[in-house]
Amino acid sequence: MTIDYAGEVLQGSSKAVARVISWLENENELARSCMESLYPHTGRAYIVGITGSPGTGKSTLTDKLTRHIREKGLTVGIIAVDPSSPFTGGAILGDRIRMSEIAQDPGVFIRSMATRGFLGGLTQSTGKVVNVLDAAGKDVIIIETVGVGQDEVEIMRIADTTCLVLAPGLGDAIQSMKAGLMEIADVYVINKSDRQGADQLFVEVSHRVNQDDQIKGKSRDRSWTPWIVQTTAVDDVGVTDVLDAVLSHQNHLKQGGTFMEKRRERTQQQTLQMIHYEIFSLLRKYLSESGKMEQLVDAIMKHEQDPYSVVQQVLSEWIRVPEGKGRVVLQTKK
Amino acid sequence: MADKKIKIIVAKPGLDGHDRGAKLLSRIFAEAGMEVVYTGLRQTPEMIVEAALQEDADVIGLSSLSGVHNHFFPKVMELLKEKKLDDVLVVGGGIIPLEDIPGLKEVGISEIFGPGTPTPTIVDYITNNVRS
Repeated sequence: MTIDYAGEVLQGSSKAVARVISWLENENELARSCMESLYPHTGRAYIVGITGSPGTGKSTLTDKLTRHIREKGLTVGIIAVDPSSPFTGGAILGDRIRMSEIAQDPGVFIRSMATRGFLGGLTQSTGKVVNVLDAAGKDVIIIETVGVGQDEVEIMRIADTTCLVLAPGLGDAIQSMKAGLMEIADVYVINKSDRQGADQLFVEVSHRVNQDDQIKGKSRDRSWTPWIVQTTAVDDVGVTDVLDAVLSHQNHLKQGGTFMEKRRERTQQQTLQMIHYEIFSLLRKYLSESGKMEQLVDAIMKHEQDPYSVVQQVLSEWIRVPEGKGRVVLQTKK
Repeated sequence: MADKKIKIIVAKPGLDGHDRGAKLLSRIFAEAGMEVVYTGLRQTPEMIVEAALQEDADVIGLSSLSGVHNHFFPKVMELLKEKKLDDVLVVGGGIIPLEDIPGLKEVGISEIFGPGTPTPTIVDYITNNVRS
């Protein structure tokens, strides 16, 4: 008898959720029909991103934050991402260490995932895994990114509220003025605030937030002034303030009408990404299995051909090339 | 379809503070291309089995150096059966007297690796016996 995995996921079966996530990770064909059935049941969960440098306390904060969300009677799904080795493809997924107690709670589901070469702090399948947890009825989904540096901003495209976790000792005032990661926070969490330098960090981040308010750039929604919360997550100090900040941001999005706008943008991004990835996978498979890739690379290496015209040549097998030497254009099926 | 990775939970059940070996093996499994979920010290069998379930783990590696294996390892096997996770490969290691091994195998622990086992032996065993 075949198991109706989509049905089981909708019933909230952890085992079915776990298996469907594996299919997504492994790009197993079985995932697609399942995801098609699940999609109508998504869109209800609130998605919180937790990002920041390695060792700032993301897992510990996630653990404590989850406990407080559970006290409100809401269920939680956690996606904890750690890096894959670029050499062996293996990974040490260590985020569960901080969360082993909450993992016993039937209202919590934790999944550790390896990046498998995907850049930006997440995994290729993170958006889809969010949909599985959402369909399984989790009220809040927390995505903990890989420990990131300056430019891993993928998380803001998936999360409704992005929390950036900082800890003292990671840089001077100029660091807090830079673009990239520092720009994406809806909530700044200054963790390990019992340590030396925490007050200074608080002042620097406050300056940044203040500058942002004055600049009122067009890069993002400036109607929200990010909260800066000081925590010592390991002792559960200040964590309820983080939850208040997240709820306040959620309220802001919903009241101001930007919530649906943000989700629309995400839907567009994700759909485009899926199309991109599907086409790319098909082409890569064709090129490598037919041996064509080897030939092309040989030719390019010998400088018999250049990669620029090779791209056009490959695409032109499926896409119409106009007369002359223009770029290829898309030809619709008649 | 992308390459399927072997996902392994490395866990230390019970009151046992020695995890140098478990940490080293975690590294070795990762070096062998596996995705290793290290759960940390002092795990209950319930925690270990719940982690295996949520992570959809292919393998559980149990380590014990404090003499609690006869109590905890069978309990893990019992819970796995209860949750219908019958196809998860379970291996053990640490300080386990030879005379205890048959009993552990009887309850379903697939193999026990004692001190001094060359690590490639463990990796090969897992690779050859894991579910496909």
